[in-house]
Amino acid sequence: MDLAELLNSLSETSGVSGYETMAADLIAERWLPMADEIRRDALGNVIALKKGKGHGKLLLAAHIDEIGLMVKKIDENGFIRFATVGGFDFRTLVAQEVTIHGKEDLRGVIGAKPPHLQSPNDQKKAYPKDEFYIDVGLKREKVDELVRIGDIITINRQVQKLAGQRYAGKSFDDRACVVMLTACFERLTQINHNLDVYLVATVQEEVGTRGALVSSYGINPDLAVAVDVCHGEFPGVRSDKGFILGKGPVISMGPDTHPRILDKLKEVADEGKIPYQLDASTSARGTDAWAIQIARSGVACSLLSLPLRYMHTSVETLDLGDIKEGGRLLAEFALKADRQFVEGLPCF
Amino acid sequence: MKELLQRLTQAYGPSGSEDKVREIIKAELPGYETKTDALGNLIVEKKGSKNKIMFSAHMDEIGIIVTHIDKEGFLRFDFVGGVNPFHLPGERVEFKNGTLGVIGLEKLDKISDLTKANLYIDIGAENKEEAMKLVRVGDFASFTSPFIDLGNKVVSKAMDNRSACAVLIKLMQELPETQNHIVAVFTVQEEVGLRGARTAAFGVDPDYGIALDVTATGDTPKAMTMEVGLGKGAAIKVKDNSLLTHPYVKDKLIELAEQNNIPYQMEVLEFGGTDAGVIHLSRSGVPSGVISIPCRYLHGRSEMLDTRDLEAALALAKAFAKADLK
Amino acid sequence: MFLKELSEARGVSSREQEVRDLIREYIKPHVDEVFTDSLGNLYGVKGKEKKGPKVMLAAHMEEVGLMITSIEKNGLLRFLPVGGIDPRVLVSKPVFIGKEKVAGVIGAKAIHLQKPEERTQVLGFDDLYIDIGASDEDEAKKLVKIGDVATFTTVFGKLGDLCVGKAFDDRAGCTALVELTKLEFNCPVYFVFTVQEEVGLRGAGPAAYRVNPDFCLVLEGTTASDVAGTDEEGYSTTLGEGPAVSVMDRSVIAHPKVVGRLFRLAEENGIPLQNKRTITGGTDAGVIALSREGVPTATVAVPCRYIHSPVTVMNQSDLEHMIKLTELFVHDIAEKGVEN
Repeated sequence: MDLAELLNSLSETSGVSGYETMAADLIAERWLPMADEIRRDALGNVIALKKGKGHGKLLLAAHIDEIGLMVKKIDENGFIRFATVGGFDFRTLVAQEVTIHGKEDLRGVIGAKPPHLQSPNDQKKAYPKDEFYIDVGLKREKVDELVRIGDIITINRQVQKLAGQRYAGKSFDDRACVVMLTACFERLTQINHNLDVYLVATVQEEVGTRGALVSSYGINPDLAVAVDVCHGEFPGVRSDKGFILGKGPVISMGPDTHPRILDKLKEVADEGKIPYQLDASTSARGTDAWAIQIARSGVACSLLSLPLRYMHTSVETLDLGDIKEGGRLLAEFALKADRQFVEGLPCF
Repeated sequence: MKELLQRLTQAYGPSGSEDKVREIIKAELPGYETKTDALGNLIVEKKGSKNKIMFSAHMDEIGIIVTHIDKEGFLRFDFVGGVNPFHLPGERVEFKNGTLGVIGLEKLDKISDLTKANLYIDIGAENKEEAMKLVRVGDFASFTSPFIDLGNKVVSKAMDNRSACAVLIKLMQELPETQNHIVAVFTVQEEVGLRGARTAAFGVDPDYGIALDVTATGDTPKAMTMEVGLGKGAAIKVKDNSLLTHPYVKDKLIELAEQNNIPYQMEVLEFGGTDAGVIHLSRSGVPSGVISIPCRYLHGRSEMLDTRDLEAALALAKAFAKADLK
Repeated sequence: MFLKELSEARGVSSREQEVRDLIREYIKPHVDEVFTDSLGNLYGVKGKEKKGPKVMLAAHMEEVGLMITSIEKNGLLRFLPVGGIDPRVLVSKPVFIGKEKVAGVIGAKAIHLQKPEERTQVLGFDDLYIDIGASDEDEAKKLVKIGDVATFTTVFGKLGDLCVGKAFDDRAGCTALVELTKLEFNCPVYFVFTVQEEVGLRGAGPAAYRVNPDFCLVLEGTTASDVAGTDEEGYSTTLGEGPAVSVMDRSVIAHPKVVGRLFRLAEENGIPLQNKRTITGGTDAGVIALSREGVPTATVAVPCRYIHSPVTVMNQSDLEHMIKLTELFVHDIAEKGVEN
């Protein structure tokens, strides 16, 4: 499969938390030919099963939703005020082009008062949040016809191919990891793996790992690996908080990760000559692992991360090589972890 | 509706101590068998063969808990739920046993220094011993404030969320003919973290969840930017911090409101949460939404709403209860 | 009682092995069944076949600690807290790192080298390093790995009428639970030693889901500030006045009937019992109470000064009273049921 093409398609498809249908449809369609079963649950999680030898149920989760904006008020001049869905740095919104998904898709721009009209003092400050609005170039009456309170807004951004294997775009958090699951999926169709693998494109992660919570309850797995992005190295970022793009996926080793899954991931990576980095993270809060680990009677869980710069902006930047290596690592894990391994997980 | 609303709002019921509210509600629904679960949720059920819909309205209100009684008999306290300390000086509280007290403020240089640590309750006791005959550390109290009728608008404490309790009582009293399985849950401990609805939803295991709750408005002088206003109908929630309403449920509510000429407005709330926040995450997930009642001055002693919005919320709840759902 | 042994055992969230092994050894002779789950919670089961309400007693095994997050070129170690640690208690403390108990000290720039305005600032996690005496990165890497955890080195001992040690939160509760396994009850009792309480009440929820109890009591070590400089209304709890029951904290409102019953039993049997008089913090009770359809739950705790620091101070009589009260309470529940 052309992973770069899939990354492009997924990135440019809209799928804000709670409204993931389009992105979810796209991935369901790509997964369908490879899956033994595929379904959507009540909240819209895409759940594909790739059967193995039945040695245990492995859940692999990456979230399909992206952060976005939502119409909260239309003022008397037709300017649109918005709320956020998920966490934004408002400074990255200035002068962006957006699409309002109303009765029809409507083009808009996020306005910014030019510095010429600001006092020297105000010029030094970031624009205050409550001053942001979207200009769609229409009068109030026309806006009312097309736009309703609660409509979703996304930032317009096409994926940029940078040097080497690097790409920049929106919603790589966490669609890039959905691509990683897909790379794993493809490999699973070629090998006789031990574990039954449930690949889940989860919804509503950005608003509190909600999709992972209900899907892991429904699937009731023996073990799980959540896959999400981590911060890429950058000037001013603590060395233990930024990971190098192109040096492989990052295996998390905090309190939320099962020690033997951690060891096994390292072992299969070493055997398969798959590069990886290690993250001594003291908390997986804010990733699907946080929800999955405590589903029902508890799930032996782990977190694999993809280094990504400029997280939660429209120019998130990554290295495709990390996605490929991550996919390979997950597939190798499903191949090599066996019944004995799974049955040993509750034994401390 | 107003009379029921008055009785409900005036009842004592901070989070964890909802007994008196529960008794009023039980008495209003004599035709039903009711069940109270381990946390105190009141569950009222009408069986049916089609979709199981859980409606919830929380019974609890914000309040205070006594943390210390000093030698002179003054009480120190902490908050139960989201209480704004700047609302409190001069307010009155009521304990479960009927003991009343007023909230005093230490001498402060600047009013902006005010925190809960500067506030105390005076129950008129001469000393610690006398105070302890009436109140113990760990006792809860609610605020008091009379119900006032301003015509369409009514004002009281605890409109959040007894107004929704009134709507849910009326729904069950006037339940339309339907094959849906209707479960009304009057929940506990919403104000301290949506706790009652969580365990109730696990037990009920519904196909759909609808929370009935109040919401903020943007229709007062220099208010926050928000479209919702009093008297403009029931509010259909799109989002708050606990929930992104399931698109199917949201669209269904809009469709039902339009078909039945029920006044409605769309609500995007940038904070807060309701019972639907935990109902939709129960077990393998439950498509859920919220029918909101616009309410000014939330979590103050004078919460104001418009009874026409209550009627609209009731009509919309009835329409959803009998709706043909997927 | 095994308070000394349990206090000195090392077990940060997800690295509870040493504590778990110790407890397993202590309880094995006294319970019918011992097992663990995928998160590492340890269960001891007694009287599974007995009639009467299924009671769960819980205490968390792990303590707050530090995790090594990077090794610098000069051989110093950077670290972050696992669980809530106020960085102000860290500077100039010795620690043990990893399974091998590699010795280290937490250092910061000497006061002479700090500008006057720096001297009043909190020394945070960006300013502190662990020094294990390694002269460079390579030497350090032979002794310590990224992801290793560090704990305080405090030796348990007497402090006048009181005692001092590390991790009384919640090895006090664990000690109580271990003692309680020695007793016989007329109902099924699940003794659960949970993991990962300090990083967000993580272990107890799955444990409660598994046990599915009719009733649960959480045994804890809790904050006391009955010390110089605190007004009486800020004490929270007082050492030596018995265990403390929380009517409410940030995670749970205790079942009202349970609180009333605890005070009644304490009074009837001459056991001191106090209210916890602040509502900050949370315990495993928060997630246990909300498991499945809800579980009547309450927390009883031994008051501890200087909690989450290397020098926790408590009164052992409070622990003894907590054990006695819990015993009476479980008997009462076995006899009269949960609802009475």
